[in-house]
Amino acid sequence: MSDLRDLYQEVILDHNKRPRNFRVIDPASHHAEGFNPLCGDRIAVFVDVVDGVIRDLSFQGQGCAISTASASLMTEALKGHPVSDLDALFDKFHELVTSDGPTPPGLGKLAVLAGVRDYPSRVKCATLAWHALKAALEHRADPVATE
Amino acid sequence: MSALLKPAAPLDVAAIRAQFPILNQQVRGKPLVYLDNAASGQKPEAVITAITDCYRGYYSNIHRGVHALSERSTTAFEEARERVRSFLNAASAREIVFLRGTTEAINLVAHSFLRPRLAAGDEILVTEMEHHSNIVPWQLVAAEKGARVVAAPITDVGELDLDAFERLLGPRTRLVAVAHVSNVLGTVNPVARIVALARARGIPVLVDGAQGAPHLGVDVQALGCDFYAFSAHKVYGPSGVGALWGKAEHLAAMPPYQGGGGMIRRVSFAGTTFADPPERFEAGTPDIAGVIGFGAALEWTRGIGLDAIAAHEEALTAYAMARLAEIPGLRLIGTAADKAGVVSFVLGHVHPHDIGTVLDREGVAVRVGHHCAQPLMDRYGVPATARASFAVYNTHAEIDALVAALWKVKEWFD
Repeated sequence: MSDLRDLYQEVILDHNKRPRNFRVIDPASHHAEGFNPLCGDRIAVFVDVVDGVIRDLSFQGQGCAISTASASLMTEALKGHPVSDLDALFDKFHELVTSDGPTPPGLGKLAVLAGVRDYPSRVKCATLAWHALKAALEHRADPVATE
Repeated sequence: MSALLKPAAPLDVAAIRAQFPILNQQVRGKPLVYLDNAASGQKPEAVITAITDCYRGYYSNIHRGVHALSERSTTAFEEARERVRSFLNAASAREIVFLRGTTEAINLVAHSFLRPRLAAGDEILVTEMEHHSNIVPWQLVAAEKGARVVAAPITDVGELDLDAFERLLGPRTRLVAVAHVSNVLGTVNPVARIVALARARGIPVLVDGAQGAPHLGVDVQALGCDFYAFSAHKVYGPSGVGALWGKAEHLAAMPPYQGGGGMIRRVSFAGTTFADPPERFEAGTPDIAGVIGFGAALEWTRGIGLDAIAAHEEALTAYAMARLAEIPGLRLIGTAADKAGVVSFVLGHVHPHDIGTVLDREGVAVRVGHHCAQPLMDRYGVPATARASFAVYNTHAEIDALVAALWKVKEWFD
């Protein structure tokens, strides 16, 4: 059985306390809101895309340590990367937090969220910002829900 | 906290706990501390045995067969109806409808009682502290008819603002629907007073008793309401079963809710006539063993004594409120003078989900989230709360375990 430390790693606690890129981008080329009906959490994600590259990425909102840290780490991981990197990275991240297999390569700091896999009720917290980012890039107007 | 409560002898909680097999276990290496009773209560041996006895000994479909098992099942099923009548002090067992739970009971009243009498511009008056199941069924019929659901405000401590409530009782109010006890705040609403105000204007009242029935002795005739809905699973019975009590004259005038077997008198393609209440509202084969378990749960509860249970939970609630207030940064949500068995709180900047996960590691089960009361979360400006809720088997030591675990939450997140 995993220890609580496996879920709440130092990096997660740090990003929860001091989330990176926690601001509004205005004007942003894309933005969307993610909503977790399970807990009522809302996260807004802002993206500025220039020539297919995520030039700036930020978020705002209220969430638990897992959703806040995941959003914060996501902004760091994708800033400066081509939009086309998102799907592959999200697939790996999703595998990280849902499967029992080895940690997929190439996730960098995001790998600290591996402990979420032992807490199935928290997977939606970890993926909230990611769903919002995908919705933003697809220009969906309605808030995206995790269920 | 009701002045009407008779002094009750202290409960032998250890002996009561021994009747709940599920409580005797470790969770994540710690003794289970189950404080999620407002979501669902655990089941005593007497209830588990009643259900297995039915399946092992005499289960059959009811109200149909002429054979021995069907007669035994029918008798046990109808005994459960009598037990619900007695539990609520209703005038007649024919006023008790078995349904899937409080939610279905409210939907039945919305569909069969309110809908036919609702017109554009009419209003249904609820309160800001209602569970979604006492909001959304009314919204569905209101949307269809061009009516609207109006919410009476609550005060900062979580009590209904009775003056405002009275002002909102208008010429277009067709129904009042209120919780007996708030599932988030624990507030005991002054139902008799609410009913008096509504009745003076000829407005019927539905009471959502999901949280009232487990904690308070209920007397529907004394309350004076028109409908009372509650679920078995919060009163130590099985999930998926509940009851609606309605005044006989209302039930007699209401059209069916669902069509099917068991609710008819005569069916032909030229037209169908319907059974009298309560069978009119019980289409299809019900959860027979579940209803029998429901009856056993009420009998078990009555054996312990609602007064004794209420006094025990009142003491636990007062102790929990005092101990939780010792924790710096902890804010109690809901501090009404009259509270029953439910304590909600937030803790500094720590999200309730994180509180819940850390408590779980300590073996302490609480509910975290919006508790199906999003308008109430908006009222208090929080996305969610943590909630500890008590039952007859909880102890002061378990509240100490909750408090100790909350100090661990602070260690992690401060």
